[in-house]
Amino acid sequence: MTSNFIILPLLLHMATAIVLMFLWKRITAQRIISVISNVIILIVGILLFIQTWKTGIITMQAGNWPAPFGITFVADVFSSTMVLFTAISALAVSIYSTVGINRARMKYGYFPIFHFLFMGLNGAFLTGDVFNLYVWFEIVIISSFVLMTLGGKKPQMESAIKYVAMNMLASVIFLTAIAILYGLTGSLNMADLSIKIAQIENRGLVNVTGLLFFIGFGIKSAVFPLYYWLPSSYHTPPSAIAAIFGGLLTKVGIYALFRFFTLIFIPNEFITTAFSLIAVATLITGALGSIIKRDMRRMFSYLIVCHIGFMIAGLGLFTEVALAGALFYLFHDIIVKTNLFLVSGIIYRIKGTMDMPKLGSLYAEYPKLSLIMAIVFFSLVGIPPLSGFWPKINLFQAGFFAGDYLLIAAMIIASFVTLYVIAKMWTEVFWKTEPPLNPEEKVYIDGFTILKPFSKLLLVFPVIMLMMVSLYIGFGAENIMVISKHIAAQMMDTSPYIKAVLGNEALNIQ
Amino acid sequence: MELLFVVLIGILYGAGIYLMLRRSMVKLLVGLLLLGNGANLLIFLLGDLIKGHPPVISPDSSVFTAIYADPIPQSLILTAIVISFGLQSFAIILLKKVYLATGSDNLDDLLNTHDLDI
Repeated sequence: MTSNFIILPLLLHMATAIVLMFLWKRITAQRIISVISNVIILIVGILLFIQTWKTGIITMQAGNWPAPFGITFVADVFSSTMVLFTAISALAVSIYSTVGINRARMKYGYFPIFHFLFMGLNGAFLTGDVFNLYVWFEIVIISSFVLMTLGGKKPQMESAIKYVAMNMLASVIFLTAIAILYGLTGSLNMADLSIKIAQIENRGLVNVTGLLFFIGFGIKSAVFPLYYWLPSSYHTPPSAIAAIFGGLLTKVGIYALFRFFTLIFIPNEFITTAFSLIAVATLITGALGSIIKRDMRRMFSYLIVCHIGFMIAGLGLFTEVALAGALFYLFHDIIVKTNLFLVSGIIYRIKGTMDMPKLGSLYAEYPKLSLIMAIVFFSLVGIPPLSGFWPKINLFQAGFFAGDYLLIAAMIIASFVTLYVIAKMWTEVFWKTEPPLNPEEKVYIDGFTILKPFSKLLLVFPVIMLMMVSLYIGFGAENIMVISKHIAAQMMDTSPYIKAVLGNEALNIQ
Repeated sequence: MELLFVVLIGILYGAGIYLMLRRSMVKLLVGLLLLGNGANLLIFLLGDLIKGHPPVISPDSSVFTAIYADPIPQSLILTAIVISFGLQSFAIILLKKVYLATGSDNLDDLLNTHDLDI
């Protein structure tokens, strides 16, 4: 089925960004327009999801050039679900940003860049062309560079150097892989590549190309040996920006990994074993890193790394059950990680520090807010009825079925350590009485209480909204699982995707 | 010709990675630049080097009759050059800002982002 409707989310983000650029420095107008446009995009995302769920894969050929010659946009259930969850996060972060980002940053174009970033993300989810994916990735990273450095504080600049260098390196590796892929097959269309790669006899070269893609996306999604830039850069920008980064930028790398290694490079035993081992290492090192951090946001950054391991584990087991679990985890993680950084932003506003030993008595001062935050933390840990629990069942089941006990052990340790660090953080930040200040230190005035009630609502509402979504993921788990299983089935049998892009004849020729 | 390209690309990648491993930020940037150029030449090489046959159909025929150079790698490189131009100019400004903020060109001095309290 063909429809131009599918690129609407990214067009709307682009249009909003352009409109906002004309309203440079008029921040009240920018805030209102940004929130309204995010609401519209969320509605479009829901419609797109319903449409793909009902009618199957929708394609669009840019400029009406038939695939594999032109650039194809494809919305299957995987893409449209990612677009939907991205839209939910975008709405939450944009509402939060109206108060959570300071005026100086807004004056220097926070909102336009925000929308360009989301345009890139939506483009990356919807494209069906390898080189086009590269272009969307570049749009995402250059927007993220600007967001990272906006404000120009010293630690921000230093972390930006690491972030920029690593992301540029990842792009070069990605580009190298595209070059070799094009040399091997003479095609850039993902569906076409899926057919052509299967016919190549030199499997060694195919595997090397696949692993180059893995390294390129691995740097972006922070898997084991390539994650070290993440914990030293994600804690420096303001919380709203960190929420976008933590919730979505690593996940777009995961999305690309899933797409490439289920559609184009069907992993052989060597690659799945490598993925399992990388997943084990990611889970363990991320978990260990989070134990020793005293800064809340640095701890959360290590938890991002740790939980990326669960998704790579799904790819390493490579069965339908495992992939469904990993996808469920991916959707849950987008919402929860975004929310986690928003929560840390509110705590920072209240206490003026992120250093856990200096924090305390939050539960006594803000009991209702603490309750909301508790639900967010419990969802992250995966206390049974909440959202983090259900995907793990699938991953454990698939792990036992494959007999990969090392991976299961690593997943159990990672879950346990997550519980441990969250419990430790809860006692430190919420239960403990706040330690007395040093005489030299300035008294920090609570930046949350002095806000107007409406501003408070703007900060707390996104957290509640995302909390509701993650509660839905937890209590309505069977619905999300149906979606995840559907996507996993499409990943194991890619012929509907190829047919939708190239037409019915494509599969019969070979 | 192909062999020359292969050697050239190898040198670019090697030199780029060597420079990236240095401590100086400027060398890091130059290393990234060389790597990017190496990748662009690699795309060019893998699209097959064909001399003197532009992908233009002559007026008196409607299809390609002779062998012709593949136009796609060239358009890919053009896109990649434009993108890397943007990224690099951003990176240069960033380097200058970091140098002004820290007064150092040494990557090992960038310790403000580290936990000194573990």
